[in-house]
Amino acid sequence: MASDTAVISETGSEEGVRRRDWIHIAALSTAGVGGASLLFPLISQMAPSADVLAASSTEVDIGAIAAGQSIKTTFRKQPLFVKRLTPEEIAAAKKDDGTSMRDPQTLAERTKEGHEDILITMGVCTHLGCVPLGAAEGENKGEFGGYFCPCHGSHYDVAGRIRKGPAPLNLMVPEYSFTSDTVVRVG
Amino acid sequence: MSFAWAKQYEPQSTFTKWLDEKLPLPRLVYNAVGAGYPVPRNLNYMWNFGVLAGFCLMLQIVTGVILAMHYAANAQVAFGTVEHIMRNVNWGWALRYAHANGASFFFIVIYLHIFRGLFYSSYKAPREMIWLLGVVIFLLMMATAFMGYVLPWGQMSFWGAQVITGLFSAIPVVGEPLQVWLLGGFAPDNAALNRFFSLHFLMPFVIAGVVILHIWALHIPGSSNPAGVEVKQESDTVPFHPYYTSKDGFGLGVFLIAFTAMVFFLPNALGHPDNYIEANPLSTPALIVPEWYFYPFYAILRAFTGDLTIPFTGIVLIPAKLLGVIGMFGSILVWFILPWLDKSPVRSGHYRPLFNKFFWFGLIPTMAALFYLGGAHAEEPYIMLSQIFTAYYFMHFLVILPIISQIEVPKPLPFSITEAVLGKDTPAEAPRTGTAATGDAGTLPDGSLQPAE
Repeated sequence: MASDTAVISETGSEEGVRRRDWIHIAALSTAGVGGASLLFPLISQMAPSADVLAASSTEVDIGAIAAGQSIKTTFRKQPLFVKRLTPEEIAAAKKDDGTSMRDPQTLAERTKEGHEDILITMGVCTHLGCVPLGAAEGENKGEFGGYFCPCHGSHYDVAGRIRKGPAPLNLMVPEYSFTSDTVVRVG
Repeated sequence: MSFAWAKQYEPQSTFTKWLDEKLPLPRLVYNAVGAGYPVPRNLNYMWNFGVLAGFCLMLQIVTGVILAMHYAANAQVAFGTVEHIMRNVNWGWALRYAHANGASFFFIVIYLHIFRGLFYSSYKAPREMIWLLGVVIFLLMMATAFMGYVLPWGQMSFWGAQVITGLFSAIPVVGEPLQVWLLGGFAPDNAALNRFFSLHFLMPFVIAGVVILHIWALHIPGSSNPAGVEVKQESDTVPFHPYYTSKDGFGLGVFLIAFTAMVFFLPNALGHPDNYIEANPLSTPALIVPEWYFYPFYAILRAFTGDLTIPFTGIVLIPAKLLGVIGMFGSILVWFILPWLDKSPVRSGHYRPLFNKFFWFGLIPTMAALFYLGGAHAEEPYIMLSQIFTAYYFMHFLVILPIISQIEVPKPLPFSITEAVLGKDTPAEAPRTGTAATGDAGTLPDGSLQPAE
């Protein structure tokens, strides 16, 4: 009979599974899953908010940049270097494509097809985040004629590739596309 | 302190033994809310609200600290940053609604907690200190809630700050300079907003400190109970864990259902639409009222419309403005002397026929009416009704309670909590009759009070 089994299993032997264990497990796991799922909003609220994400693409007019000249702009509140390479610089960068590098990349891989003279990189040293010199007139361009980070002495070449110093990677090339011949949309 | 039969904490593993010698934190928890705290076995659901209030405090601190990460206390941008939280911050809407409704639910819980204390006379010896600390917590909560309501810098925020700090200007001589000092200016502005934010962040931690004292004071005599007789023997108590952890856990579940229903489906029902209009120092909203939880005190404030004068001379002793402020603060401060106003040695309202009548047909309708009147327009008949109910409120505490405690003949009290639960004729040691399914729950032997494990 049902009532008999109920009595036996509720008041019966100490070991073994009791009917009451079920309600303990069910109650505690419901509370546990509910409590744990609360962590999601509490953690997620620290991630970039919608207005920050909305500002994470930027348009750059490159029409006015002369060969050999760079401009500094900002992308995601970080400096962005846009540089128009001279034919000599393109040749120098291509010549080095095959040499041994810490983070091997060819110039073609770092530029868009048909726009080999436009090099767009983040102005953030991949070592510890300082802004490298070399984008503005008269700044130290380092031993390889590109960028030089004064914080810990990383030398980047004309294509923004790491050639000497502590930085582990080339200057990052963000995602971008040409919306016209003179306008680039970054992000 | 605890009862002699309280279970002692016994660390099992090598690590807990080591920890117990160096920092007996698990022992503290065990004795505070674990199996080492014997609690009267007859507590009803009115005894849930202490734990729920603690939960609300934690909820407000967690959501509040997060909101402070995204809010800026500057009159130029404060309103905008609140909208930023609502629209841009991930889950910001949920966190802000939880914080705003959390304040309301904190007050609901606290009012029920106070109601429990008033009906079961939890304020009487030996628990006066718990009650006094509780009134302090309530006052701190009111200050914190008020300053928090100013932060969104909407119309109600601004005019609330203006009106509440205006209360201080009623104080003779120093009042006006005091209000200017409180605001750091002649009207609420950046200085006031900034200091309110700073203090609103600080106060919850002050409250948490007083809560610790409140719980400490509670653990000296132990919890009160619905029968109102003190614990006499081991069979009067059960260990807090698992009996009241599970009972409180169930109550917490019910609380959370109500709370989340408000947060997700009626998030603005307890607020005022005017607070979504940015503060404008040149225009007062048509109906300026505080948040609902201040209504009774607001009704008392507005009930004082005439100056206190010496009859036939025209000499004003106390102007109406100051009378209202005294009345409003007095309505809470009177609780500080409540343990000495109600001299009846019987605690529970169940055994006090006269007290019971005045409680249910006097105090409770008065509080309900003051709640309604505080949110009503300042016009007749609401003003006259406020005056009547305000008069009864003070009468109840200052006149009726002391008289009742002198003339009342209480019903006979049970000898012990066990007797209150099990009845007089059934000895606690009586063998259990029937099966669990068919037996009488009132005749369970004491062995059944042991934890299920």
